[in-house]
Amino acid sequence: MEKLMLLGDEALAQGALDAGVSGFYAYPGTPSTEIVEYVQRSKQAADAGVHRTWSSNEKTAVESAIGMSYAGKRTMTTMKHVGLNVAADPFMNSAFTGANGGLIVTVADDPSMHSSQNEQDSRFYGKFAMIPVLEPSNQQECYDMAFYGFELSEKYHIPVMIRLTTRLSHSRSGIVRRNPLAQNPLKKPDDLFQFMLLPAISRKKYKNLIQMQAKYTMEAVQSPFNKFDMEASDYSMGIIACGLAYNYLMENYVDGKVPYPVIKICQYPIPQDQIRELYNKCDSLLILEEGMPIVEEMLTGINLQGLKPIHGRLDGTLDRDGELNPNKVARALGKVDTYGKDVPEVVTSRPPALCVGCPHSDSFYALNDAVAEFGRGHVFSDIGCYTLGFMPPYNAINSCVDMGASITMAKGAADSGHFPAIAVIGDSTFAHSGMTGLLDCVFDNSNVVVVILDNATTGMTGGQDYTAAGKLEQICEGLGVHKDHIRVFIPFKKNHDDMVRIYKEEIAYQGVSVIIPRRECLQVLKKKNKMEG
Amino acid sequence: MTKDIILAGVGGQGILTIATIIGTAAVKRGWHLKQAEVHGMSQRGGDVQSHLRLSDRPIHSDLIPLGKADMILSVEPMESLRYLPYLHAEGWIIANRTPFKNIANYPEIENIYKEIEAIPNHVLIDADVIAKEVKASRAMNIVMLGAAIKHLGFTKAEIEEAIKAIFARKGEAIVEANYRALQAGIDS
Ligand SMILES: Cc1ncc(C[n+]2csc(CCOP(=O)(O)OP(=O)(O)O)c2C)c(N)n1
Ligand code: SF4
Repeated sequence: MEKLMLLGDEALAQGALDAGVSGFYAYPGTPSTEIVEYVQRSKQAADAGVHRTWSSNEKTAVESAIGMSYAGKRTMTTMKHVGLNVAADPFMNSAFTGANGGLIVTVADDPSMHSSQNEQDSRFYGKFAMIPVLEPSNQQECYDMAFYGFELSEKYHIPVMIRLTTRLSHSRSGIVRRNPLAQNPLKKPDDLFQFMLLPAISRKKYKNLIQMQAKYTMEAVQSPFNKFDMEASDYSMGIIACGLAYNYLMENYVDGKVPYPVIKICQYPIPQDQIRELYNKCDSLLILEEGMPIVEEMLTGINLQGLKPIHGRLDGTLDRDGELNPNKVARALGKVDTYGKDVPEVVTSRPPALCVGCPHSDSFYALNDAVAEFGRGHVFSDIGCYTLGFMPPYNAINSCVDMGASITMAKGAADSGHFPAIAVIGDSTFAHSGMTGLLDCVFDNSNVVVVILDNATTGMTGGQDYTAAGKLEQICEGLGVHKDHIRVFIPFKKNHDDMVRIYKEEIAYQGVSVIIPRRECLQVLKKKNKMEG
Repeated sequence: MTKDIILAGVGGQGILTIATIIGTAAVKRGWHLKQAEVHGMSQRGGDVQSHLRLSDRPIHSDLIPLGKADMILSVEPMESLRYLPYLHAEGWIIANRTPFKNIANYPEIENIYKEIEAIPNHVLIDADVIAKEVKASRAMNIVMLGAAIKHLGFTKAEIEEAIKAIFARKGEAIVEANYRALQAGIDS
């Protein structure tokens, strides 16, 4: 069969399509976005009627996926790592309800924070929820794990997590496809109590989940994705390499022969007996993990401490934070490191910036003038292209915490007397998690100005549509914001004075105001013109 | 045989197209390929790079190790220097002369040329001008590719075949323009 050249994200999407998935539920987020974008372009998905439109946020996405699983179909929900924080409630509870149709929760982590506000390792969530976790080490495994994950999920009626990281999500390689499977027929759960999490039922479910752990571990031991190369020539060190870290290990042995025994872990829970065997055989251990030292922490628990050295991120053999690379692993293996030349001093940094002519820039210039009399420190903001308004020449915003936090932080500050309290939030972010915060403001009549930057798209992640598009005024009015204090303007330089005036009027108003600067994202406009032209 | 290439530029300058063309030619040979791309935040006018690894043997890491790259192929002069820690001592640096100035403090361009010329194996061409001369002004990146292929060990025919496969659906005129750009890069 001919090989398809796919990103890790795309390989997983194609795998799920070939494995008979009936629906994807997701909100965009780097590095996970390309999974659903691939499905949206796929003719196969369209022909098979696979659900593939965006959800409002990760919580609604996971819940919809649980619903599709309830109906007996295979489904995948995808998100970036912080998206799982938003969806943590349904995610954790889905381990208790279990799955009916195969349910895969795909989470793409971003170690080194290439495009994220923090670094976190979703394997902790998998362990927390006590469900099986798959961590592919290459594009082919991404593809294969979709099949495997659905089978595992249906075999044990349990959601399965697939954990990706940036380098795999966004790296392309060849994959070989399998024969596609048909979608599952509709089929209600056999047990109609399965999805009823009342205390009396949940207690039983928790006991069952605990009991199943041994089975999940057994699956990991027998997994085609885990490898136990226990025979070796040198037992001074044993190596445990998880997911992508396995590649960086192998990169350091050109002939493919590692002198030390190696356990490759791409499926969790960790295979404890094999790890114990490795520990007993070797004088020391080296743990290679992309992300946080979760396996290392499990092993350096008080039982083993002080006996044999265990090296990894915790003892400084590898950097505690940031992603791995072949050089870091080479140093940890005691190999000669390689390096080219230092970057010459003339090279200056080229940080990301708003596109020239971006509507947000005009909105910021006007806002700066409107708040100048109050000094800096009054603008709570959020996550999106507009977060770049923090940078010079704008220096316009003062916070970025998590999606939706601009409105609620402004509210908290306003409630304590901070004036003016201004929130600047993107339209897609507003749909994601701004609406409930605005309702809180209305409920208390908090003295806030909420600026919803309507560029008709989810810009930061490459221009996806979103659920509230075209309905912003209606939504705000429905939530209880007074019509007279929902103001719309078009952010152009020529409108600067009008914009400043509107900002000032609404700052002066005691109560909840919404201002909507409305002009389309230039990148989306360009794409549109290209398609039409 | 292994070729490790860092492609460099600024978001939106078309380095992924270069990667796709070389990758297509390599796959045609039956080689393995890994191509790590940059998506997300930094595409907003920031510096972007792609690690392109080609080999007749299986490739493990998606990232090229520091000090192991055979080539830095950059569509922007300053960006070519940002990845010097990756280049090995005999590696090639192939860079476009035309700067992309979207920052206020862009350094004196002569100082950048000086640093590039200090690398023993370097090619510095004005791909923007060359592309215009052959009436393929949107194919600056293909001119750069043309300047690189002999150092990569690919023949013109192999690259042309890849260009054809990738651009065919955009029409004959676009394919021809890219051929001209490629030839001009080879001749440069
Ligand atoms: C919980 C969570 N999900 C997803 C993301 C990724 N993300 C960051 S900003 C953004 C969308 C921004 O769109 P919008 O609010 O419309 O602003 P724009 O970029 O268009 O200016 C997304 C999806 C995130 N940071 N956190
Ligand atoms: S992508 Fe759109 S919203 Fe983002 S900076 Fe560019 S024009 Fe502005």
